Amino acid sequence: MTALLNRRVTFVWAALVGITMVSWWLGVRYGLDDEQIAAVGLMVLGYVKVRLIGLHFMELRDSPGWLRVLFEAWCGVACGGVLLLFLLS
Amino acid sequence: MATVFEGPLAKTAVPSDEATQRKTRTPGEGGTWIFILGEMLVFLALFAFFLFNRIKDPNLFRTSQPLVDKTLGLVYTLVLLVSSLLVVGGIQAIRRRNTALAPWLLVGAAVCGIVFIALKCVEWAHHLNQDQTISTNEFWTWYYVLTGTHALHVLIGLGFLAFMIVEARKPKLNGEQFALVEGGACYWHMVDLIWIILFPLIYLMV
Repeated sequence: MTALLNRRVTFVWAALVGITMVSWWLGVRYGLDDEQIAAVGLMVLGYVKVRLIGLHFMELRDSPGWLRVLFEAWCGVACGGVLLLFLLS
Repeated sequence: MATVFEGPLAKTAVPSDEATQRKTRTPGEGGTWIFILGEMLVFLALFAFFLFNRIKDPNLFRTSQPLVDKTLGLVYTLVLLVSSLLVVGGIQAIRRRNTALAPWLLVGAAVCGIVFIALKCVEWAHHLNQDQTISTNEFWTWYYVLTGTHALHVLIGLGFLAFMIVEARKPKLNGEQFALVEGGACYWHMVDLIWIILFPLIYLMV
C-alpha cells in the first residue's frame, strides 16, 4: 500500500486527519468559550479540508479550468455561506 | 511506464508516476462531473435550509445540538478519511495493473462505508429511544434530513465501489472502463467531502 501512495497523498491524508482532530477540539471548545470564534475556525479548517480532498484525492489540480473553477466556487460558497449564515443566527 | 489502456486510447494513458509531466485531464468523464456537481449543489441547498431554520430559532438549535455526540462525529470523519485513502490507493493499483491488491483496497474502502452506515444506524436508534424523532422539532427534522440524505449517498457510493471492485479484478481496462472507475472514485470522495462540512455543521457548531 505504501508503495502506491506518493509522499504528497500521504502528507495530504495526514494533514486531513490532523485538521480533523483540531476541528473536534475546537468544537468541544476546549479552552474556547466563544461559539463565533470556534465557528470561524471550523469553517476555515473545513475549507482547507474540502480543497485538499478535491485537489489531491479527486485529482482536480490537473483538471480543465471550467471544472476547477466550479469546484473552487462550490468550496468558497459552501464554507463561506455556512459561516455567514451561522454568524447571522 | 505501465498503462492500463488498450486500443485507440492507449496514447492518452494517464501517467502513474508523479515525476512525469502532469497533463490537464478530467478525472472520470465530463458527464460524471455534471452528476457529482449536481449532488454537491443539492447539499449546498440543504446546508442553507438547516441554517435558515437555525436563524429562525437559534435557541432551539443551541439546546438541541449538544445532544448529538461530537466524538461519534469525529469517528465518522476518520472512518471516511480512511476509506478515501483506500480508494486513492485502489485507483493507483488499478493504474499499475496490480489486480491482486486493487480489489482488496476497494473492499477495505467499502468496509469503512459499511461501518459508517452501521454506526449511523446505532446513532439514530439512540436518538429515537430518547424520543428525538424527525418530528420533535426543527433541529431534529433537519438532523435526520441531512444525515439521512448523506447516508443515502454513502449507500449509492457503496454500489459504485462494488462496480469498481469487479473492474479492478480485470487485467486490462479500456479508456471508457477506467473513466467509469475514476468517476466512481470521485463520487466516493464527494461523499467524504460533503461530510467534511456536515461534521462541523451538525456536531460542532453549537
